[in-house]
Amino acid sequence: MLPRTLLHLAELLVVPPLLLGVVNRTKSVFAGRVGPPLLQPYFDLAKLLRKGAVYSRTTSWVFRAGPVVGLAAILSAGLLLGMGGAPAAISFTGDFVLFAYLLGLARFATALAALDTGSSFEGMGAAREVTFASLAEPALFLCLLVFARATGALSLGGMLGPALPAAWAPAAAALLLAAIGLFVIALAENGRIPVDDPGTHLELTMIHEVMVLDHGGPDLALILYGAALKLFLFGALLSRLVLGFGEGALASEALFLVGLLAFAIGVGVVESAMARLRMIRVPQLLVGASVLSAFALVLLLR
Amino acid sequence: MALPADLVFILVVVLDFFLLASSRLGAAIRAVAIQGALLAALPLLLAGEGHDLGHTILLAVGALALKSLLIPWMMFRAIREASIRREMEPIVGFVASMVLGGIGVALAFAFASRLPLPGGDAHPFLVPTSLSTVWTGLLLVVTRKKAVNQVLGFLVLENGVFVFGLLLSGFMPVMVEAGVLLDLFAAVFVMGIVMFHINREFSSLDTARLSALKD
Amino acid sequence: MSALVLAAIALPAASGLAAAALGGRPGAAHRAACLLVCAGAASGLGVAASVLLGGAPISAAPGLKVDGLSALFLVAIAAVSAAGAVYGLGYHPQASVGARSVRVQLWYGLAVAGMALLAAASNATVFLVGWEVMALANFLLVQTEHERPEIRGAAFLYLAATHVGTLALFALFALLGQAAGSFDFAAMEGLRADGPLGSRVFALALLGFGLKAGLMPLHFWLPPAHAAAPSHVSALMSGVVVKTGIYGLLRVTGLLDAPPAAWGAALLGLGGISAVLGVAFALAQHDLKRLLAYHTVENVGIIVLGVGLALLGRSRGDPALVLLGFAGAGLHVVNHALFKSLLFLGAGSIQHGAGTRELDRLGGLARRMPRTALLFLLGAAAISALPPLNGFVSEWFVYLGFLAAMGRPGGDLLAYAAFGVPVLALAGGLAAACFAKVVGVAFLGSARSAGARDAHEAPRSMLVPMGFLASACLAIGLAPPAVLPPLARAAAAWSRLDPAALAGPAARAGEGAWGVSLVAAALAAAAGVLVALRRRRLATAPRAAPDRVPTWGCGFAAPTARMQYTASSFADLLVSRFSWAIFRREAAPRIDGPFPGPSELRTEVPDTVLDLVLLPIARAYGRLATRARLLFLQRVQFQMLLVLLTLVAMLVLAFAR
Repeated sequence: MLPRTLLHLAELLVVPPLLLGVVNRTKSVFAGRVGPPLLQPYFDLAKLLRKGAVYSRTTSWVFRAGPVVGLAAILSAGLLLGMGGAPAAISFTGDFVLFAYLLGLARFATALAALDTGSSFEGMGAAREVTFASLAEPALFLCLLVFARATGALSLGGMLGPALPAAWAPAAAALLLAAIGLFVIALAENGRIPVDDPGTHLELTMIHEVMVLDHGGPDLALILYGAALKLFLFGALLSRLVLGFGEGALASEALFLVGLLAFAIGVGVVESAMARLRMIRVPQLLVGASVLSAFALVLLLR
Repeated sequence: MALPADLVFILVVVLDFFLLASSRLGAAIRAVAIQGALLAALPLLLAGEGHDLGHTILLAVGALALKSLLIPWMMFRAIREASIRREMEPIVGFVASMVLGGIGVALAFAFASRLPLPGGDAHPFLVPTSLSTVWTGLLLVVTRKKAVNQVLGFLVLENGVFVFGLLLSGFMPVMVEAGVLLDLFAAVFVMGIVMFHINREFSSLDTARLSALKD
Repeated sequence: MSALVLAAIALPAASGLAAAALGGRPGAAHRAACLLVCAGAASGLGVAASVLLGGAPISAAPGLKVDGLSALFLVAIAAVSAAGAVYGLGYHPQASVGARSVRVQLWYGLAVAGMALLAAASNATVFLVGWEVMALANFLLVQTEHERPEIRGAAFLYLAATHVGTLALFALFALLGQAAGSFDFAAMEGLRADGPLGSRVFALALLGFGLKAGLMPLHFWLPPAHAAAPSHVSALMSGVVVKTGIYGLLRVTGLLDAPPAAWGAALLGLGGISAVLGVAFALAQHDLKRLLAYHTVENVGIIVLGVGLALLGRSRGDPALVLLGFAGAGLHVVNHALFKSLLFLGAGSIQHGAGTRELDRLGGLARRMPRTALLFLLGAAAISALPPLNGFVSEWFVYLGFLAAMGRPGGDLLAYAAFGVPVLALAGGLAAACFAKVVGVAFLGSARSAGARDAHEAPRSMLVPMGFLASACLAIGLAPPAVLPPLARAAAAWSRLDPAALAGPAARAGEGAWGVSLVAAALAAAAGVLVALRRRRLATAPRAAPDRVPTWGCGFAAPTARMQYTASSFADLLVSRFSWAIFRREAAPRIDGPFPGPSELRTEVPDTVLDLVLLPIARAYGRLATRARLLFLQRVQFQMLLVLLTLVAMLVLAFAR
């Protein structure tokens, strides 16, 4: 058990930027370009870490603490996630609540750091981000409730453990709907199209990008890495949900990684195929995801 | 054949949600067409051994032709004539429509088993799906401003009634089913004529303009 | 021990007298009064600790008994009253404010004494005496600055609301006393809750205690009153006075046996509505204290969610639900008392330092008032239920309660969970959004007015109580396993269930609590490691650019403070989602012509229940009454005739019975 947990911790720390690379590559392929190398995010992080940082007169210690607290919170959330069917590093009843609230802590820290700059751009990004996040929270909880009811387990490790593949037989429809809802929430929480465009820098279209406009150097590296880690966490949830039927440790791990790659490719495909929604339609999308998950929960009533 | 029937019912309900949330008329009409196709497949999926296969196939084909092909084609023609593409914000708002629809669906699925209905060996999702679809149709009729959307609501309502009718299809002869489809066809025909006249009079299909007739 | 109970009541009551008696030397008088309040708080804390950690209830005098439930509330009362008293030394000092400060201390002491009395009461009469003393003292505290008309209005509204509540309580205890044959709580235990008595009792309790607690839609008096009072009084009011409503609700529903499931469901519904709408209204406010008052409504909603779960557990005989619901509600009572008072004291410091509490006139205070900023940020993170602080722990218990409900076979409890969990998640998300707004607009960025530019840090007497409250928040957040056993004891005392039955769920929750501690420790460790790495990286990094430059902000050449997001614009997206409940009034600027003159956009959010329902009804009634008055030609004879006729009618009714 211990070597497997260590393997997972190593995966948690090393794999996330690769996911970003896969997403960017997929988008390039769709656009007919060659695109950046798969390992480009690692090079970006290394480059940023080598740089110095310039701070604005308006900012205080909150601006410097924001990226640190954000990344620490996401790393702690990663400790609660079981990967590839193995138990998580830390697991207890109701830990998925802590998982969601740790992501909320990361978001709070980033929003405060954004407001610290005293610029209207960052304020706008922070306002939009907290709005969409508060609408995504109930949807996320409903999806996790569907998992909990279907598997009968109340901790993330239990929900993603061996009970999940067994739960597909009686509750296939509900789990499928929950998976769709979770995918939409993953797109919203990670600032992907159709909720936000990670490649744009127009004030009309930015949410996450604009919050980190004034960060540079190592701070930006921490933020970039945190974003990749968050994408990895959601990918892990979905990968285990959809491709969780491996028998034995090796098969489960392999399927897990395949699932992660499929998730990243899926995100890339969605980003290339759809346009960004208008800002007023995003709450409707998130409420739609909640309603879908609530419907999935109703299906599990019997 | 439990799993495909399950999925079909659930897809019907998901399409209901999509209809409540969508603001594009083209997408809504296509959704109703897909819903009609799914419902056409239902009699074949639900038919047990005791049913006459030929009659079931006839019903399915008739439903497919009418619900998926003819009526959506007529609707597309209608919106092309009136050259409208998009629904404005409905009376209660998309989010509220979705939430109301969701509540109705939840109540339908929770309490349908307590209704005193014949056909006890029917699929457990049948009555809830039909009630949900009827509820969605009613919501669409009540909350949408454009006449085309209200016609769509009426179509969805008829879809719900059709599903409910499948509950009793073992007891009712072919005539009644055909009567349902005919009623549907006639209603849409009449609505098409009405829409044509409204459009001609006002150059728009906004039903709010109808109150201008008062004075 | 019983002497400590009496001390907890008598010492605060005497504190005001000390302040008045030593009026010749105001500094010493104020310190003496503060010392008396703190001594009373310490005695209360001692009593509570002994009951919660040891077990046996303490009987002090006929009519006074402290059991587990009372002890929990005594903890909250003690902590907040002491912190407020010390804060008052710097915020409202007798030496500079004079007689008004003496009056505030007098009523403050009486309010604290009244609350301690009603928490320790084991008899309906004693309870009502404590209740009235507390209510009247609060009214006198609210109208401290009575020369301002809006404060008079708020105080009068508070008085009217609290007296309607007290009337309901008189009826409630009359009913219970008649059914039990005595006014002792011990005699009322074991009455059946189903049947006409039960429903009447529940309705009256909801009205009376709900008005005090500020449960929607009975919350309308809360925002004006809490914004009008001085900040340490607001801290007391939001922190503990509204909790006496929760205490009363718990006490009365605990007395009756076999509560019907409808009670729990009703409380869940009301709690959910209060939680979501409370925070939605808070988002729309830009006066800091009104915003905090609406957050009290939200947190009372969360507490009532826990109480509803506990009642559901009792009606189904499910000890896990009882324990988890009560633990969540009880811990949230204490937690909210701690972090809400911290926030109100912080609001007082802001007003003291920057001269205003309008969010849109603040900004950049983190550089001028760094310690206040840090403490306020801790309070804001606690109220947003962010780990690793205490707000998360109590909300987590409520979540655990809902999850336990979901795990039961059968559908109806799942429906409660499916309602409760998203509602709690939504309220939490909105609260985090609101406090990101408050901290961001008030403390971060650049100053928006001269007052904020020249703000000064609060004196030590104001910072010390805030620090104490913040460390309590941190301690509970980092060590949740420590609070479970006392909560389990209090739950057993309230529900009169066998403590052994509650031990199993408590143990399971305890395992989870250790997990929370572990993750909190991991979080702190990760943050520490990252800070060290970052510092080392930046120490060796190239330093080509100057160290401090204006904000880049995508290349804006001349950023000004007015270009920043205001509080209302930050919250605008979210508040417009709630346009079905929040009716915002806008005075929009007139912008016409190619060179428009200066204009102003002003938005105002009236409280829906107060301004759109109650006040129009009151005004219509006033008009009707004015017209009716003319009918009697304002002659005394006709009015006396009315009185005579009413008397005759009552006599006839009495004889006819």
